[in-house]
Amino acid sequence: MEHIISVTVENKFGVLSRVAGLFSGRGFNIESLSVAPTLDPSMSQMTIVTSGDERIIEQIVKQLNKLIDVIKVVDLNETEFVSRETAIIKVHTKDADRAEALRIVDIFRANVIDSTPSTYTIEVSGDPKKIEAIINLLQPLGIKDLVRTGRVAVAREPARPVAVQTKKVARD
Amino acid sequence: MKLTGAEIFIECLKREGVKTVFALPGGVVLKIFDTLHQQKDVEVILTRHEQGAGHMAEGYAKATGKAGVCLVTSGPGMTNVITALADAYMDSVPMVCFSGQVPTSLIGNDAFQEADNIGLSRPCTKYNFLVKDVNDLAATIKEAFYIATTGRPGPVLVDIPKDVSMAKAEFTYPNSVSIRGYNPTYEGNKWQIKQAAEAIMKAKKPILYVGGGVIFSSASQELLELAEMTQIPVDMTLMGLGAFPGEHPLSLGMLGMHGTYQANMAMHYSDLVIAIGARFDDRVTGKVSEFCPYAKVIHVDIDPTSIRKNINVDIPIVGDCKTVLREFNQILRATVNGEQKELRKPWWDQIQEWQQAHPLTYHQEKDGPIKPQQVVKRLYELTRDRDPIVSTDVGQHQMWAAQYFKLAKPNRWLTSGGLGTMGFGFPAAMGAQAAFRDRLVLCIAGDGSIQMNMQEMATAVVSKLPVKIIILNNGFHGMVRQWQDLFYEGRYASSDLGTTPDFVKLAEAYGAVGLRVKKVGDLDAVLKEAMATDKPVIVDVPTYPYENCYPMIPAGGCNHEMLLEDPPELKKKQAGAGKVTPEDKDTVLTA
Repeated sequence: MEHIISVTVENKFGVLSRVAGLFSGRGFNIESLSVAPTLDPSMSQMTIVTSGDERIIEQIVKQLNKLIDVIKVVDLNETEFVSRETAIIKVHTKDADRAEALRIVDIFRANVIDSTPSTYTIEVSGDPKKIEAIINLLQPLGIKDLVRTGRVAVAREPARPVAVQTKKVARD
Repeated sequence: MKLTGAEIFIECLKREGVKTVFALPGGVVLKIFDTLHQQKDVEVILTRHEQGAGHMAEGYAKATGKAGVCLVTSGPGMTNVITALADAYMDSVPMVCFSGQVPTSLIGNDAFQEADNIGLSRPCTKYNFLVKDVNDLAATIKEAFYIATTGRPGPVLVDIPKDVSMAKAEFTYPNSVSIRGYNPTYEGNKWQIKQAAEAIMKAKKPILYVGGGVIFSSASQELLELAEMTQIPVDMTLMGLGAFPGEHPLSLGMLGMHGTYQANMAMHYSDLVIAIGARFDDRVTGKVSEFCPYAKVIHVDIDPTSIRKNINVDIPIVGDCKTVLREFNQILRATVNGEQKELRKPWWDQIQEWQQAHPLTYHQEKDGPIKPQQVVKRLYELTRDRDPIVSTDVGQHQMWAAQYFKLAKPNRWLTSGGLGTMGFGFPAAMGAQAAFRDRLVLCIAGDGSIQMNMQEMATAVVSKLPVKIIILNNGFHGMVRQWQDLFYEGRYASSDLGTTPDFVKLAEAYGAVGLRVKKVGDLDAVLKEAMATDKPVIVDVPTYPYENCYPMIPAGGCNHEMLLEDPPELKKKQAGAGKVTPEDKDTVLTA
């Protein structure tokens, strides 16, 4: 089963290779991995999409925690989360196709971020299914280039009524 | 006052209580060696190969419980020490390895003797550091020792570029270390501990399965108390030997692939496995799906990744063995009612039945070829009063040593378990001898293994490390031959060594003492002579070449289905084959 694991790490050189080395050395799967600094520049946030049965995911979480440069590991599948991915797609557009391309962009609430007489460069964000769908529709026009960021995800805040939250604060 | 990087390095070692460094120089570490040369506090033992330096640091660490330290140069120095790092990583040996690196301005330029030391050592160290600024050196070394010796111990590498060892900085040594991503759990979860104690009280057929973790956390005393109080039998892993007295009536000896019959049977039929500082290695579990089918499992380990990695655990406890065992004992002391012996009687009756049915056995004919087990047994009997430290290489001799050399105390047993590194034994013994100059240190080796780090004999002679090496010389890579006999229809592909050097002459060539046992009747006298020598000694013992090590659980087999002796077709074949007698061996050797 697919899991999204959110990993807070030290923002130092070599940390990415430690994480990647752990996955390759132990035969774990990485479907995508994205990394960027957090608000605190001494830390980076990684979002790793991986898959495996319960025992493998448990090992992945434990092994990540064991890395000295890893500060925090959260298996997002244990909570509710929202995730997004961005793709940038360069499409060949002959004269006849240009209107069709723009219609597709419109349907998916995508943006054209660059255009030339023979191409459009389209940016689209969403869950992986949406990205797959727009790729499928654009493919007949001729996709020249495609880059995807991999997914980033964040846990949802519990949707509690305000009153309950105040109580909790009071209790603390 | 400002110090050079090299001086800071030595000041740090002194503050960490390091007395001995196993080292081999090279271009980029010359400044450090030059500074070491001009002081007296830290002794440098010059090895003949960096792998030897690494294993010596391991032997030192295992015997003392403190971090072993080695120092190597860049490039080939680093690649040579990798085997020792990987070995220490598998066996959780606390060790700090310092490697030289080309000057920071040249890193990445394919400079002479440059290697990516950090990249090379990453998968086989607990952590590694590249020090780019001399101002960070002291704090980095402090962190390195802290990481190596806390939590689940392991090797740490500190890579020091040449310019960093020459540059100057103010020296301040931090008093404490705080690393936000590294906080080992020492205290076990109270509720889990209570659950475990209740399970122990309830169990009818419990077994303690103890590993190297007990030794690293110095928990032998607590283990002894628990076992005696509850009358629970104790199985030890290869790494755990010495954690519990081998001659104690509650000890069933080693378990696993070549473990004793009673140890493996008790494990298989138990209803509660209490694993302490052990990691359910495949050499212990055999076929995982049929491992301990009737048992609940309690697993105490400081490393959370060890728990539920190989087998399912009912009561996991992440914590330090010593702390958790103390808590067990505290709870159980209040509950145990003095009837434990009676309570456990049916279980012990069963175990004794197993013990009597298939004790460890071999047959030594009075005038026949020397059996390897006989050598280990006599060595044990002749030296046990001197409380020796024993190291081994890897193979048949290692298993016989594990079976017949019964250790009374922890930190006496130096062996390569996880990685199975041939060539480990001799340098590891030297490391222990360097830590304890007055103790008796034995190295039980095979004729194959010993040749993998033979060059260190020069180090032993020069540095006056009077290790006693006993070579069980069967002319084969014995364990490989055993597998070939059992599983490859006796085709000895590259296991027959053809000719081995004359180890007696070899020892003498190095300036050590060489002795040979020509017949079984001479065994005691020669061993005694060796023990009475104050120099490094090789005792070459030509042994029966076709002896196999039993019991044996074939790889992937079940723990209760052990081979106990040679299968009939193999016996027949060996009877037909010309037996090599020690005299034959002599002619081969001198031919």
